[in-house]
Amino acid sequence: MKVLLMNPWPWYVSGPLIGLTVPLLLLIGNKTFGISSSMRHVCASCFPANIPFFKYDWKKERWNLFFVAGILFGAVLTSRFLVTGLTPDINPKLAEELAGYGIPVSGIVPESLVSWSSLFSLKGFLMMIVGGFLVGFGTRYAGGCTSGHAIMGLSSLQLPSLIATCCFMAGGILMANFILPLILSL
Amino acid sequence: METLTKNHIQETNTDFEVRSLDAVCVNESHLEHKWWHNLKYLAAGMLFGLLLIKAEVISWYRIQEMFRFQSFHMYGIIGSAVVTGMISVWLIRKFGIKTIYGETVEIHPKKFNKGQVIGGLIFGFGWALTGACPGPLFALIGSGITAIIVVLIAAIAGTWVYGYFREKLPH
Repeated sequence: MKVLLMNPWPWYVSGPLIGLTVPLLLLIGNKTFGISSSMRHVCASCFPANIPFFKYDWKKERWNLFFVAGILFGAVLTSRFLVTGLTPDINPKLAEELAGYGIPVSGIVPESLVSWSSLFSLKGFLMMIVGGFLVGFGTRYAGGCTSGHAIMGLSSLQLPSLIATCCFMAGGILMANFILPLILSL
Repeated sequence: METLTKNHIQETNTDFEVRSLDAVCVNESHLEHKWWHNLKYLAAGMLFGLLLIKAEVISWYRIQEMFRFQSFHMYGIIGSAVVTGMISVWLIRKFGIKTIYGETVEIHPKKFNKGQVIGGLIFGFGWALTGACPGPLFALIGSGITAIIVVLIAAIAGTWVYGYFREKLPH
């Protein structure tokens, strides 16, 4: 039992449980599952700067900030008490490719690319600052992220969400296969 | 006092259109609650954080595998989550299941606009670069990868810049 709890869970256990977040939020307070909006609420509450997009009653959406704070706090407890190792058992082809760029497979993120010390290297800057910026800009432009569009939107059979999800995947596939290799070989 | 604040916001908020453009994670509840009612979302978030870690969704390597079609793992997770969500929403609608406060469950329909294509591609680029979508950003920080705080700040900056240029962007 302890081992089952400590190890990562297979997709057919964790996937359906993630999906249950949709009815959970609907039933405990009529809330539509979505995470990227929390960043809009942060902008609206801290730096609205008279921009119409940030002039709304963010306090009414405060539940979303509690939810993301919960994700952070839940991760603190999980990583402290319920995790043994976090290096996933990845495809050897990927490991081989990354080794070609001098990136070992270890931990949750590659230390040489995503860490405080890599922040001031060109690769680190592109992956952390530029990457983060694109995540924030793109999700708001698209009106949602993996949770709001891919999970919530598809669950409620919304065509715009299907289009958005296909574009997320298309963008990711282009980046991972054609642009990221150029960045990694810098 | 409550009504006063609301009227004030309706006057200044020129942004109601956004509710249809940006119908993600909207509060559909019409009830007013004390702040501590929000603690149940904190608890729901904690469960979600646990799941993101247990599913290995927060791993940069898992995201790279997904975009290179080298593993079924992420497709299995997203696919089974969507199927579970679909069945749940269908059941809620079919049996008219109410919220714990007795309200009817409402799901705001989304309208198509070009942002879903352009913004979607831009987010896809960022997702493959950082190896994280917004949920995992919070879970990564909680897991002790504190450098992700910088990525989150960059993402909040991206959200702000989108808001600033929104009127000039094609939608």
